[in-house]
Amino acid sequence: MKTKSLLAGAAFALLMSTAAHAGDVRIMWYSDGVEGDVMKDLVGRFMKENPGINVTLDNVAYSVIKDQLPVQLEAGNGPDIARVTAIKDLSKHWLDLRPLVKDAKYWDDNFGAQADWMRPDGSKQISGFMTQITLTGGYANKTLFDQAGVPLPGPKATWEEWAAAAKKVKESQKIPFAMAIDRSGHRLTAPLLSYGANYVGQDGKPAPLDKGAKDFLTKFVGWNQEGSFSKDVWVSAAGSTYRAAADDFINGQLAFYYSGSWQVANLATKIGNSFDWVAVGSPCGPAACTGMPGGAALVAVKYTKNPKDVAAVMDWFAQEKIVKEFSERTLFLPGHKGVVDKGGLDFKTDNAFAKAALTKYVEASKTTSDTALKLPGWRWSDTVYAAIVTRVGQTLAGELKLDDAFARIDADIAQKVKDAK
Amino acid sequence: MNTNMSTATLTSRLGGLLMAPVNLLMRVLDIPLRAVQKAAGIGGMAAVFLAPNMLIFGIFVLLPLVINFVYSMTGGTAFFLSEREFVGAAQYERLFQCANYLDPMSCQEDAFWTAVGNTFWFVVLQVSLMILTALITALILNRDLAARSFWRAVFFFPVLLSPVVVGLIWKWILQRQGLLNFGLYQFGVEPYTWLTDRNWTFVATIGVSLWAHMGFYALILLAGLQAIPKDLYEAAEMDGTKPARVFWRITLPLLMPNLLVVVVLALIRAVQIFDEVYVLTGGGPGTSTLYLTQYIYETGFASALRNPGLAAAASILMGLVLVVLTLVQLGIGQRGEKKGKR
Repeated sequence: MKTKSLLAGAAFALLMSTAAHAGDVRIMWYSDGVEGDVMKDLVGRFMKENPGINVTLDNVAYSVIKDQLPVQLEAGNGPDIARVTAIKDLSKHWLDLRPLVKDAKYWDDNFGAQADWMRPDGSKQISGFMTQITLTGGYANKTLFDQAGVPLPGPKATWEEWAAAAKKVKESQKIPFAMAIDRSGHRLTAPLLSYGANYVGQDGKPAPLDKGAKDFLTKFVGWNQEGSFSKDVWVSAAGSTYRAAADDFINGQLAFYYSGSWQVANLATKIGNSFDWVAVGSPCGPAACTGMPGGAALVAVKYTKNPKDVAAVMDWFAQEKIVKEFSERTLFLPGHKGVVDKGGLDFKTDNAFAKAALTKYVEASKTTSDTALKLPGWRWSDTVYAAIVTRVGQTLAGELKLDDAFARIDADIAQKVKDAK
Repeated sequence: MNTNMSTATLTSRLGGLLMAPVNLLMRVLDIPLRAVQKAAGIGGMAAVFLAPNMLIFGIFVLLPLVINFVYSMTGGTAFFLSEREFVGAAQYERLFQCANYLDPMSCQEDAFWTAVGNTFWFVVLQVSLMILTALITALILNRDLAARSFWRAVFFFPVLLSPVVVGLIWKWILQRQGLLNFGLYQFGVEPYTWLTDRNWTFVATIGVSLWAHMGFYALILLAGLQAIPKDLYEAAEMDGTKPARVFWRITLPLLMPNLLVVVVLALIRAVQIFDEVYVLTGGGPGTSTLYLTQYIYETGFASALRNPGLAAAASILMGLVLVVLTLVQLGIGQRGEKKGKR
């Protein structure tokens, strides 16, 4: 009898240690900057206000979110809530919060613009909300431009005008490269769209590369070959591996750097007072002057044992005042319509360049093209990005001719679509 | 005397005390083991003792191998086998769909054949250079050098480093704003992009892997050299044999078993090259340092739309190559043993 009691006790203790208690909510979170600390502070406040819910914040590396979380989700496991970037790709794993949140209309009104980015095609589910909206855009090293006596191109300047101006700066200031763009299909898509590219076919599946896409890619490869663009970033890896050129810009090696709004805090911290820099938005092409939107979302995972508690957490973090505070403290652009419309965001930084850059991004978000706004919610975006990066990288490394690269991009995408059936 | 005795008694008592739980455990285990021996017989006890090891081997080696093979016969992007469609040998057919195997761009899976070609040349060059440098190093370290232990430690030290650390160290040395360019700049040489030049990166991956692993193989060869009886060298010296002849007729034949182990280990390790190269070059520029293991990893886990079936098929093919290499080693080893007996 005594042995049985001991065994039962041990089994109970084991169960207690592994099973989720009612009221337990686990959040998997990654950070680019200071948002992990801000989130920790907010989680503490949430638990004070909601003593019945115990939130555990697991701060993990981005690679865990990118590589390990999808495998956990496929196995029906994972956290209760996660901060992710592959929001559409994994949408079948998100919990529908619509019947669980206090006011679904509030969610639709304020987060509706990006709701499609994180739910399965054709559904009306509320999966979560964007913790930050990002927009791609350029940065110029103003000090280098001033020293070279080259005026900064104006707000409607084209990619060609920026390339010509940056080249003059490069030659005058003896810097290694005039321009750089991150090794990322998402980043490269912005100028492609500005040149009139459209990835989406009439059937909703990927279309072959069109004239707009080919035009910019041809120019891009040419600029790399003549040394205006930094080829290093693009040939420094195989496949679709991501590489940022931020360090080159921070080290004063570039006149113009095309990346996005998420770099503001990074640049402000690392450049300090070394030189003056400005965010200049996205250069124009014949069709538009658009950047590419994107961002990270906080989503609820459908395998949670405590959906009601998860919804309570999501409701709290989605409040207008919390979103506003989070954005101001993290220097992120908010994804909440109410916060954006009311304006008056007071970003918590003393860095004048960072403040000006954030204002510029808020302004630039108004010229984002319709096609660009749809792409984050399109199932095949990542497939197209990966194919473009892989083959353009090979072309810049001298392994492929441009026409062969175009043919390979189309073939790669078609194969992936076939694989996914 | 009394002190010594009391120390011995104390040690014995302490030993007894420490061994008490072990003795108790042995007595407890003795009861079921006797029952098992009664049932299996003394001859069967070998199998009983091997069973736990075989079970672990089966679960962690054989079972994944079988599952991997099953995956290679399925298609789609889902991870769960139950959600995957059986496609037979389609993944293998896709890998082998090629107009000209020597021109990867004529193949459907051009990245796979590029990786096969890169891995082949990497293995040929790296293993040859590895054997040569490890042998020369071992021969030098076997001589009466000043501070011999220090030099042995110096050559072995890189082996202790994690491959990621090795990759990062060399990246910091070779990148455009790295240590090498800084050094060259001091002598008026313009900085060069070592890691973005197709030819240099391939050489760099070979050089870095030599630096990282050579100490391990040199150590095996050094052990072999030290096991060669000294009297053979003394006899050769008395006969006035030239050093080169001593090397070819005494050192090399007697070092052959160690050399064989080194060749096989180096071959297998070279075929599996991944981590330090992934950190150093990421497989670039283009695909010039994309090796098979990275291809499998990228196809199975890292690409935008994963294809676990294709990755599994490629890994089965790579496994077959490793099996062939191991069989060749076993064959050569057995032939050597037979020769030795004769």
